Amino acid sequence: MMESATVELGSLAIALKVRNLNFFYGSFQGLKDINLDIAHRHVTAFIGPSGCGKSTLLRTFNRMYDLYPGQRAEGEILFQGKNLLDKKQDVNLVRAKIGMVFQKPTPFPMTIYDNIAFGVRLYENLSKSEMDARVEWALKKGALWNEVKDKLLQSGLSLSGGQQQRLCIARTIAVKPEIVLFDEPTSALDPISTAKIEELINELKHEYTIAIVTHNMQQAARISDFTAFMYLGDLVEFGRTDELFVKPKIVKTEEYITGRFG
Amino acid sequence: MTEPVDLHAGRVAVFRRQDRLFHGVTQFFASIVFLTLFGILVSLGVEAYPSLSTFGMAFVWTDVWDAPDEKFGALIQIYGTLATSVIALLIAVPVSFGVALFLTETCPIWLRRPLGTAVELLAGIPSIVYGIWGLFVFAPLFAEHVQPHLQAAVGDIPVLRGLFAGAPMGIGILTAGLVLSLMVIPFVASVMRDVFETTPPVLKESAYGVGCTQWEVVTRIVLPYTRVGVIGGIMLGLGRALGETMAVTFVIGNANRITGSLFSPGTSIASTLANEFGEASPGLHLSSLFALGLVLFVITFLVLAASNWLIARGRAKAGR
Repeated sequence: MMESATVELGSLAIALKVRNLNFFYGSFQGLKDINLDIAHRHVTAFIGPSGCGKSTLLRTFNRMYDLYPGQRAEGEILFQGKNLLDKKQDVNLVRAKIGMVFQKPTPFPMTIYDNIAFGVRLYENLSKSEMDARVEWALKKGALWNEVKDKLLQSGLSLSGGQQQRLCIARTIAVKPEIVLFDEPTSALDPISTAKIEELINELKHEYTIAIVTHNMQQAARISDFTAFMYLGDLVEFGRTDELFVKPKIVKTEEYITGRFG
Repeated sequence: MTEPVDLHAGRVAVFRRQDRLFHGVTQFFASIVFLTLFGILVSLGVEAYPSLSTFGMAFVWTDVWDAPDEKFGALIQIYGTLATSVIALLIAVPVSFGVALFLTETCPIWLRRPLGTAVELLAGIPSIVYGIWGLFVFAPLFAEHVQPHLQAAVGDIPVLRGLFAGAPMGIGILTAGLVLSLMVIPFVASVMRDVFETTPPVLKESAYGVGCTQWEVVTRIVLPYTRVGVIGGIMLGLGRALGETMAVTFVIGNANRITGSLFSPGTSIASTLANEFGEASPGLHLSSLFALGLVLFVITFLVLAASNWLIARGRAKAGR
């Protein structure tokens, strides 16, 4: 099964190389021997039924699992020539380079301005005017600037759900990461907010490598260049999105995307 | 066909009566709280009246407590109460903060439960045990091994020299504050632990997600998110420190005077009450003791009001 799961990215540059990745929750194996490449400045989507390991895989990319004792990963995830899973790797630096947007909007309990400036202050020492410029830049990237420019000093919690999620995206962009991970970013949002976020992801892929986990197959088909279908911890099929959705090579994939299970 | 409908209506009537009864009972219990508070205030006021009408407001800032001469002022006791409580909080808050953070953030899972239980057990020790331990174990050790070194370390530094002046007797304001801090830590720490645990994991994850270290997550995310609860916990500790009687009575020294030194014995409102109520002659002395009680009541009320104000201000600042 593994052999057919790999895909030739051709001449595309590779941002993340996953090799022989196994992941364990205590004694339960959540990911089984995953191999795949994530293309530089493209959108890679992960689909599959609940519990298939797609979020787990995403959370290995920035070592978020490190926070929880009992969870461990084996294998290699190569990023800029280094193995992210290496014990010696500085986790905080990884997370600044590989940002993450979560399922539910999680603005920090502070002003809109500080929500953006917070992460930047951790790694850069900017003057007030430079920081102002960075905040404006990030909010424009997050397609939120026009809606919040007059209330930057209000609490981030005062925004609507969709706005909060775009604030979180802007916050992630503000630290200038290489890769942005999205963990079901629209599952808590209404259709209009969802459309805005999808539009935003389309914009962002010109400058960032994007990996997105989604429950919504239409969403994966709409916004991604590559799609990985996962089932019970296995990577079943991985390929160009248009090919995978039009003529999947594997029966299981076809059954899932045609709605026969999942 | 009609019979089930009637049955239904009958049941609804029963339910309605039950609900009304439930409403009435809970309302009755809640009103007991108010009545008790009101009753205590009234009786304190009535009993304290002779003293307050004799000494007037000057009662609060007069530093004389002379039973034979029938001259009474509360300043000595107010000073002792506030000084010991402030010392207790200065020590207890950072320590509790550390304990709570360790328990919620960095503690290995297997140690979490035993350590949490130990903290709660510490809160269950009766205060008189703390008092005896403070007087017979802590004070002698403190006098022999800590106080002389403190004095030597402080040397001739102007203000500090005064704070640590006097004979190292072991008992006094500082000792009372230290013992109080021990008693307050478990309360503050367990409240802090409970509120830290209310921080949504995904909020912490997103802070880690922008590259925060554990320290940054705690100080910039967890603490602001839980500030209301943290303030509440500190105020609970302060309330306990202000009113603590037995332990303080054992180690504060019970001397009716104010000196600048933290080593010298003093007295607090609660320990004066405990010491003198039994033998106070009816009249001005007894009435002044009631007035002391009223003062403690007012201090506690002010602390509560201050904490509410702090919380409200915090909310306004965060824009919530």
